[in-house]
Amino acid sequence: MDRGLRLEDLLNWLSGLTMMGALYLVFLYAPTEATMGHLQRIFYFHVSSAWVGFFAFFVTLVASVAYLRGREHHWDIVAFSSVEIGLTFTAMAVITGSIWAKPTWNAWWPWHQEPRLILVTILLLIYLSYLILRAFLGEEERRARFAAVYGIVAFASVPFTFWSVRWWQRLHPVVFERQGTHLTPSMLATFLFCLLAFTILYFTLLLHRSRLAKLADEVAGLKKRLRLGEGG
Amino acid sequence: MIQIQDLVKAFGHNYALRGVDLEVAEGEFLTIVGPNGAGKTTLLRILATLLKPTKGLVRIDGLDLVSEGREIRRRIGFVSHRPLLYGDLTAEENLYFYGRLYDVQPLEERVEMLLNLVGLEGRRHDPARTLSLGMQHRLSIARAIVHDPSLLLLDEPYTGLDQQAMEMLRQLLQEIGQGSHTVVMTTHNLERGLELCDRVAVLTEGRIVHQAEKACLTLTDLQQAYWRHVEEQIDKGAR
Amino acid sequence: MNFLNKVLTIVWKDVLAELRTKEMFSSMLVFAVLLLVIFNFSFELRIENVAEVAPGVLWVTFAFAGTLELNRSLSLEMDEGCLDGLLLAPMERTAIYFGKMLGNLIFISAIEALMLPIFSALFDLNLIQPALLLTIFLGTLGFAVVGTLLSAMAVNTRAREVMLPVLLFPIILPVVISAVEVTAGILDGLPLGDLVHWLRFLIGFDIIFLVVCYMTFDYVVES
Repeated sequence: MDRGLRLEDLLNWLSGLTMMGALYLVFLYAPTEATMGHLQRIFYFHVSSAWVGFFAFFVTLVASVAYLRGREHHWDIVAFSSVEIGLTFTAMAVITGSIWAKPTWNAWWPWHQEPRLILVTILLLIYLSYLILRAFLGEEERRARFAAVYGIVAFASVPFTFWSVRWWQRLHPVVFERQGTHLTPSMLATFLFCLLAFTILYFTLLLHRSRLAKLADEVAGLKKRLRLGEGG
Repeated sequence: MIQIQDLVKAFGHNYALRGVDLEVAEGEFLTIVGPNGAGKTTLLRILATLLKPTKGLVRIDGLDLVSEGREIRRRIGFVSHRPLLYGDLTAEENLYFYGRLYDVQPLEERVEMLLNLVGLEGRRHDPARTLSLGMQHRLSIARAIVHDPSLLLLDEPYTGLDQQAMEMLRQLLQEIGQGSHTVVMTTHNLERGLELCDRVAVLTEGRIVHQAEKACLTLTDLQQAYWRHVEEQIDKGAR
Repeated sequence: MNFLNKVLTIVWKDVLAELRTKEMFSSMLVFAVLLLVIFNFSFELRIENVAEVAPGVLWVTFAFAGTLELNRSLSLEMDEGCLDGLLLAPMERTAIYFGKMLGNLIFISAIEALMLPIFSALFDLNLIQPALLLTIFLGTLGFAVVGTLLSAMAVNTRAREVMLPVLLFPIILPVVISAVEVTAGILDGLPLGDLVHWLRFLIGFDIIFLVVCYMTFDYVVES
């Protein structure tokens, strides 16, 4: 119990500090970009969120495979906790992407100009489906099993979705292309630090969410024992 | 034929079987009785390889249930209270289908023989959904023994049948039971359960609480033993 | 080859049952034609629009009719508890997957075969071309491969009809995109060389998901 508490504390402090560091870097240290101005700063959060979303779903894949092999309950907890966190960050990526898109393209949802918006939306839909699947399955063991299978199939589809959307976008080009942003060294450093901070935050949230799920399970078990004791 | 040692089956936090020990000899007809929720269906489904045990050892015909399931399936027939028949296929076609899945040779003769055995040769070209419930049950038994299994598992076969259908079923089971087949049947109908069997076991709350040879038992004896044990369990639960 | 026998036995059973009632077939056909009519009025399809909208309409219709078929196919097994019958048989569980998958492929392809002349007539386009037929086959294969696995899951949930599209459509989106692009390309008269990468993509999808799905099917049907 003691050792577990220490890991939690360590991660809490680490993510708090790195996030504060990231905020400083993004808003005070990184230089203002030439063409887009301050709006470009959202890019750091947008890409980091998308990265965490993607990474979270990869963790779900690993946890799903591990669950099917060993049928250990904690892998199921990791799998769905990761989906929840991944969804949150993906949603953040969509929102920040939209905020970036509006002044740039004068549209909240520029399908043709930003195929990545489409990809991220699909990711959102796939993992929402994952949670919906779980919601509609009552029996514990079956729910964990089905979710694990879907976790594997879903992740396998991601590269295909990515490439097909990319190629589709190339077939329907827009009149003018977005000018590429050039990253100065300080920008790159900020960007990488942001990625690190978000990743640490992900692991912290994963730990908390898994702990919460374990406690909820224990409570459910206790409730059941209580009910059975009273009835009979 | 069957050896079960300390069989435990849990569904999440719910324990359906809490340590079952049971042995069934070859050629024996065992009836398992018990109230609803006792775990009879769970036990039978485990024997049929449709469910995996959480803990414990199960051997059928010397083969281990968990590792040699496929070989075991060749030797068992399972009759559930659902007929497992395809409604749109005729009686004959249903038997052909299952016969092929079990590599039955020669198939036509076997199907012919089975239709005669269960008294459905006149309805062979009728879709299964047009048969009465009793006829469907009989066809289901034919389906279960299409590959001449050495072990027949019946889960509450009398459920939903009228008197006439029950009588036909009883006769059929008697014929089958007289052969070299081992039969395990579950039911909560004590009278029917006692009719054909060699031995009776009482299962409540996931445990076998009583076993007796039929030769030493009358229906009244069984009823008394049954209710005594069932009430005991209910009392235990209330405390 | 015993494995193949078991697979074909399952396919035979499904085809026989369907030929008997033609339930699935007729409902799928009616549904597909209804969709066409609805699209006609929603897009106000006149000759000028047709070539642009046709590929999309075609594939949306196939996808929805296909979903109907997938649901029906697995429902038949589940409703009478027949899946137990299949699980009791002394064969590898993957034989069940391949058997159902081939059956699904055959039925959906049959409906597509019926719809193509109707589409061709309605849109005044020639849809019966070898390259197009190949694309339709590859796309339908991908749909059946993933759909068979996911319908086995969906049919076990409390909201089975809604669950299947929710699970299936995001996953097969790459198939739909590729299929629509190739269809559009062929109808526009593009040289096949320009479209071949899409076809390779479809083949890749089909192969990879065939492996993933048949390996995970066991975990879905066991208890």
